[in-house]
Amino acid sequence: MSTNQTPKRHMGLKASARISNTIIYILLIFISIIWLAPFICIVLQSFRVESTWQVGYVIPQQWGLDNYVRLFHSDFTKWYLNTFIIAVAVAVIQTIIVLCMSYTLSRFRFKMRKALMQFMLILGMFPGMLTMIILYRVLKDLGMTQANAVPGLILVYVASSGMGYYVSKGFFDTIPKSLDEAARVDGATRAQVLTKIILPLAKPIVIYTILTAFMAPWGDFVFARYISFGTSAGMNVAVGMYNWLNKDMITSWYTTFCAGGVVVALPVTILFMCLQRYYVEGVTGGAVKG
Amino acid sequence: MKKYSDLEYLRLSKGQKFTYGLASFFASIPVFFKNLFLGIGRFFKNLFVGIGKEFADLGSTFAKGDWKTKISYVIMGFGNMARGQWLRGLLFLAFEAVFIMYMVVAGGYWLSMLPSLGKVGPGEVYNEVLDTYVYQYNDNSFKILLYGVLTIFFIIAFIYTWRMNVKQNKIAEEILATGKPLKSGKDDLKSLVDDQFHKTLLALPLTGILIFTVLPIVFMILVAFTNYDGTHDGYYSNLFTWVGLQNFNTLLNWSSGNNVYAATFGEILTWTLIWAFFATFTNYFLGMFVAMMINKKGIKLKKVWRTILVMTIAIPQFISLLYVSKMFSKNGIVNGLFLSLGWIKEAIPFWDSPTLARIMVIVINIWIGIPYLMLIVTGILMNIPADLYESSRIDGANAWQQFTKITLPYMLFITGPYLLTQFTGNMNNFNVIYLLTGGAPTNAAASSAAGTAGYTDLLITWLFKITTGAEAQYYLASVVGIMVFVVVAVISLIVYNVLPSIKNEEDFQ
Repeated sequence: MSTNQTPKRHMGLKASARISNTIIYILLIFISIIWLAPFICIVLQSFRVESTWQVGYVIPQQWGLDNYVRLFHSDFTKWYLNTFIIAVAVAVIQTIIVLCMSYTLSRFRFKMRKALMQFMLILGMFPGMLTMIILYRVLKDLGMTQANAVPGLILVYVASSGMGYYVSKGFFDTIPKSLDEAARVDGATRAQVLTKIILPLAKPIVIYTILTAFMAPWGDFVFARYISFGTSAGMNVAVGMYNWLNKDMITSWYTTFCAGGVVVALPVTILFMCLQRYYVEGVTGGAVKG
Repeated sequence: MKKYSDLEYLRLSKGQKFTYGLASFFASIPVFFKNLFLGIGRFFKNLFVGIGKEFADLGSTFAKGDWKTKISYVIMGFGNMARGQWLRGLLFLAFEAVFIMYMVVAGGYWLSMLPSLGKVGPGEVYNEVLDTYVYQYNDNSFKILLYGVLTIFFIIAFIYTWRMNVKQNKIAEEILATGKPLKSGKDDLKSLVDDQFHKTLLALPLTGILIFTVLPIVFMILVAFTNYDGTHDGYYSNLFTWVGLQNFNTLLNWSSGNNVYAATFGEILTWTLIWAFFATFTNYFLGMFVAMMINKKGIKLKKVWRTILVMTIAIPQFISLLYVSKMFSKNGIVNGLFLSLGWIKEAIPFWDSPTLARIMVIVINIWIGIPYLMLIVTGILMNIPADLYESSRIDGANAWQQFTKITLPYMLFITGPYLLTQFTGNMNNFNVIYLLTGGAPTNAAASSAAGTAGYTDLLITWLFKITTGAEAQYYLASVVGIMVFVVVAVISLIVYNVLPSIKNEEDFQ
């Protein structure tokens, strides 16, 4: 940083840099502790066996796996399976839909394109929750609520996913159009351009879309609660575990909630960390291109 | 207001520049609304002119067309079939047949019931065979409204298809007049993976959006003009019916003295805007700060710091938020820790005092939001040309000046649209509020009928509470939803028009 300075200034800069770096290290360590503390606490508390309610200390007095044993003898296994099925189905279908939408809007120039994009922008300004009231009654008539909430939820998540095309459209916009044109000159149809040329190049955004689509159902609360409507067999983990923390249940289920949190977070976190690179690419690209 | 030229502007002092900027901003607001209304006027003018042209074209096509074209006005697809385009013709004909059948069998009934939303409610009817009164369900307001809207959609689709059918005849005649052959069914199918590939790709996503977003939104907007709620569910309890603007009056009329709904709405709207402002900008600046610390030259273990923050994104929000909310409860870990350290004598009621609870949700939202901002800012910081910093350093700028003169303007320019979506996203940030506080502490002044609003409730969580509350006032929820839309739309419109650059999307390609 300071190669072309006079020696005296050089020393001063170096010393001040050392001080500022030390301050930054202290701040970063502090930040890391704050960000990790809840997760360390939740892991530690999941191994606490002396009591099942909230306590004012972190490190358990007696360690054991009781909470995990109890967890797998509760409805949790059912909720976990529900959420997993939903997440896989949504990841597959939503990715296809989002890619169709974003690729088309990025590459084709058809008559209603601008109007369509503006229309979807306006549509997105309505709170999505408003649609739940009607969707619940319609799905109920179709027999896809309560105990059979899983197909209903998949349908609800997937159906409107075309509106979330922004990030991947931004990615497709960066692939040079000359590639398409060259292939078209060589006699490829539009469909062949997509499958043979664009898709192999779009691997990062495909993985990003799959990853975000897979992760969303694990945290969804509103729609899942609406559609399962109090029936345990149709709940996902978020709705089911939320009930463990209400006033009546928290004293006997708090530590089980912690254990459940660990079981839910672990696979998702590992998957996320493995594919982190693609996520970062998607998020930064999406924000810059708006 | 006096307008300065660039040269005159540069001569102004700092204070004058600021007042000038402020004045021109406020002066631009009326201009903006003028342009908005002019734009709306132009839209309707174009619409009516367009419709007029369509009718003129329909007439001239009929007058000039041959007998095949003329029959197509009544029997859709006849012209196509007569000219050998069997596939298109059969599709048109099938659509017409389905439409007519639907209208006769069901559509007519739904349309005729739409103005009243049902005439006979459920009630007891004398049954002669059983010699007793039986409870019987009759009209279904919910279905009438839903299928009524669907039928209108269907009619619009039919008119559009019919118009397309006429246009095709005209085009076919023109092509035949030049002596070229028409496209065969095989060509049509082939074009679906080639020239018309976008139609194939968009078919599925747009159908989903139409059925699961557009239709429900139209339905819910209409519900705002009815009295649909838990006791008027339209089938099992009572029918519901149109009530005009009454619900808007309930929610928005402050003048009628102690209107508890209007007061609650005003309070929640104010808090929603305050929350969105702080949630957006605290995250933005602190996130930028953290990113700059990690990216500073000479800081080691960059990957470790980044990974620690990114990991918190991976963990589903309902776990982290619910857990953090319990950490700060009266008998939670934080109070326990502070008590055992002797810092406090009594547990701090983090979630019981309105002000403290509001501060807490903003602070915890920082904890949630910084990792995302850190990622985004890191990406942008790497794109700022390094020689800008280099030359400013030679000119003697210190780190603070570099930040305010280079980094911040660059960031604001690039992330302007992102900040807007963050702001509107935070207005509708259901998860953070609902999972942390559930809207608590309860606002005693608010109506207990409308889902017991609390001090940290946003409009969106209030909406949820209304629909799941004891009285389930769906009509009130949909008015609140429409208001959310209006607020978001107005803010977006103004910001987009004030932002320095509306980026041209073609620039990226």
